[in-house]
Amino acid sequence: MAASTATASAVPQRSRLARLPVVAQLRQSVGLQRGMLVGGLVLTGIFLLTAAFAPVLAPYGYAQLRDASGSFGAQQPPSAEHLLGTTVGGYDVLSRVIWGARTAFLVIVVAVVASILVGVLLGLISGYFGGWLDRIMVMIADAIYAFPSLLLAIVLAIVISGGQSSMWGGIFAAALSITVIFIPQYLRVTRSEVIRIKSEAFVESARVIGAGHVRIMTRHVLRNSTRTLPLILTLNASEAILTLAGLGFLGFGIEPTAAAEWGYDLNKSLSDVTAGIWWTSVFPGLAIVLVVLGLTLVGESLNDLADPRLRKRAAGPEPVEDLGVELPEQQEGER
Amino acid sequence: MNDVVEIRDLTVSFATDAGQVQAVDGVSLSVHPGEVLAVVGESGSGKTVTAKTILGLLPETARVRGAVVLSSKDGTTEGDVVTMSGARLRQVRGRDAAMVFQEPSTALNPVYPVGWQIIEGLRAHGKYTKAEARAKAIDVMRRVGIPDPEERIDHYPHQFSGGQKQRIVIAQALILDPGVIVADEPTTALDVTVQAEILDLLRRCRDEFGAAVVLITHNMGVVADLADRVAVMYQGKLVEQAPVRELFATPREPYTQQLLAAVPRIGEGLARAHERAARRADDWAQQTPVVQAHDLRIVYPGRFRRPDFVAVDGVDLAIRPGEVLGLVGESGSGKTTIGRAMAGLTRVSGGSLQVLGVELRGVHERDFRPVRGRIGFVFQDPATSFNPLLTIAECVAEPLVVHGRAENPADARTRVDELLEAVQLPKAFGARFPHELSGGQRQRASLARALALDPELLIADEPTSALDVSVQARVLDLFDELHRELGFAALFISHDLAVVDMLADRIAVLHHGKLVEEGTGDEVLGSPRDPYTQRLLASLPVPDPVEQAGRRAEWERLRAAEA
Repeated sequence: MAASTATASAVPQRSRLARLPVVAQLRQSVGLQRGMLVGGLVLTGIFLLTAAFAPVLAPYGYAQLRDASGSFGAQQPPSAEHLLGTTVGGYDVLSRVIWGARTAFLVIVVAVVASILVGVLLGLISGYFGGWLDRIMVMIADAIYAFPSLLLAIVLAIVISGGQSSMWGGIFAAALSITVIFIPQYLRVTRSEVIRIKSEAFVESARVIGAGHVRIMTRHVLRNSTRTLPLILTLNASEAILTLAGLGFLGFGIEPTAAAEWGYDLNKSLSDVTAGIWWTSVFPGLAIVLVVLGLTLVGESLNDLADPRLRKRAAGPEPVEDLGVELPEQQEGER
Repeated sequence: MNDVVEIRDLTVSFATDAGQVQAVDGVSLSVHPGEVLAVVGESGSGKTVTAKTILGLLPETARVRGAVVLSSKDGTTEGDVVTMSGARLRQVRGRDAAMVFQEPSTALNPVYPVGWQIIEGLRAHGKYTKAEARAKAIDVMRRVGIPDPEERIDHYPHQFSGGQKQRIVIAQALILDPGVIVADEPTTALDVTVQAEILDLLRRCRDEFGAAVVLITHNMGVVADLADRVAVMYQGKLVEQAPVRELFATPREPYTQQLLAAVPRIGEGLARAHERAARRADDWAQQTPVVQAHDLRIVYPGRFRRPDFVAVDGVDLAIRPGEVLGLVGESGSGKTTIGRAMAGLTRVSGGSLQVLGVELRGVHERDFRPVRGRIGFVFQDPATSFNPLLTIAECVAEPLVVHGRAENPADARTRVDELLEAVQLPKAFGARFPHELSGGQRQRASLARALALDPELLIADEPTSALDVSVQARVLDLFDELHRELGFAALFISHDLAVVDMLADRIAVLHHGKLVEEGTGDEVLGSPRDPYTQRLLASLPVPDPVEQAGRRAEWERLRAAEA
């Protein structure tokens, strides 16, 4: 028997690249779903590149009011010097839109990383141990859900920043207030997965072996319960931008001298709209719409692809049961 | 008379992401009127797919070639199911061919009374007044053996037991008096004692209703009991077709021979047990038992004012070093609960349970953890008992790492290789992930993990019930071999007396949480004292049609005596 199992062919493995999260889904997708995913990825890619190379791409600084030839002037229409015109405060619109991508990116990263860390940890503890701790955490999470998220963000922005509006102060205020809103989502998703995984036979087998709680939680439960997180992550990223823009629009954002922020620019361009000065509001607004659209498309299509009911399952070849049966020669020949 | 079903050169393939998968490959088969044709084979052999084509029940991804000609019972009409239109197919289903499903609890709709579900078939095939339909349904329910059908026709599925539900599913199939009934593993979900009754009923379907039965099963005992003719399938091909006595007496194809040889038979293990008993030291009976249960009670608390459920009620048992205790019982008898309690997975609520010198009643996890290293556990389903993200080597190394025998999985690699070799898996399998192994290979890896720390006690909870017969035979052989080499004490839990018999030194029979009989294999299987054990033994179909005919007479006598 040992000989017959030894000859069993090795199971082919897909390359490491093809098994990376987004790449794997891209290969799975077909038709409209693929179009959505590719569109989303392109928009998101442009956003990331803009954020990364803002100093190179932007013709001026985000807080620059004058150059060698003098002051820019307020509310200048698009021209060769200022491709998208200037704002009421005398800033270059194009530069602020480009620099704004950087702020948005930082806020997303800080918000998502912080909320994943805290939310997953709390969800893991809450789901694994259960009992009164679990009930209290779920109750608090539900209470946070009940608040309008923007209202909560405003309160938190005031508490965290204390009225300051430096670049990092503003970014952290916005990011952390978003974090608090997102933690319940991660908590609940992780918790329900953990509760499901907890009753699986392999967790029981770890208990029988004598593994401690920490080892079971980290090695066996955590890694198996984070599959859905990338999906919420992309969807939350777009929500984070909207909340940031909302905060900025309401005046809880970052001062223009500290960093460029799309919501703030929209707020300042409110009066321009009625005066027929369209370029100050259209471009920051468009930037928000496109980034949110890109991230949502990526998130939604990943979500669809992860659900076997919405996509055909990519089944590998079924492992052949080793029966140890030698079929007669002529039958082998027929096959 | 014409054949009721004639399958000609049937080929079924499924379109999957991985390409075309051939499920049935050139099968030709016919079902004569009023016979029981058993289609046997292991999982993935294409037997279910073949049978489902008779009713045109394949999913949309299936591509079917060949012909399946279905004739009506009186032989007046016939048609090819493969090319039939939807409307024609609906006409034929139920009238010419009906289906009995594996799991009766899911085959019935829980929100309608059973009578309504039986009558549904009538409504689809003609005009009946309410009173007529009801009378017909009551009649068919009486004929399948439901007591008080006039009253029970208005009951809901949950008010019936598992065996009665299967009777109702059969009644549903019989109401239109079809020429052929396709029964897909009709007794797999049922207990042995209930299985005997359902097999009896299926036999009456043939004798009294004159229906042909296509019986799909992997249980050779069931085949021996019921079938007239047997078709053996392997990897989508029809390997052999023969009348049942001929097939069991002189199987022609090597695959059939191997399949029949792999079926465990009662009494096979006795010789081994004697051999083991002879080898033991004289003072063995005086040694301290590894496990000692005294008046053990395990209660699951009831919820919402329901009474508590007593899973295990006053059980006394002992396992001495190096001894294999087989624990047998039907579903709900508490056998798994006892195994889980020994491993510290379920709390003991009363009595006493000592495992390796630790009293488990009210024990703290902290005090029990050091003992866990001396206990191995093999789970029922090898598919779920491995962490899907770890390789086999990492899974097997886990106990070594947890108990500090190795720093990390890489450090434990030498021992892991040894273990894999001991369970006859090639070293290279260590790098694979659990889903890349077949069921039998996974269960062997699971044994390797359980034995990693050289345990004094091994608890095996139905380790082979998720496996095919031939694979089961290999895993059981391996278990026996390892037991001989390593000499651990073991609790072997199973619902199958024949499996327990192969390995156990002593057998304990559980019934509704109580231990009804305990003794050596000779005592329990040779001359059972308790009526329940007698019934259990008589219900178990043996894979030999001649012997089974005699046993069936014995079973009928026991049943008549009870009534």
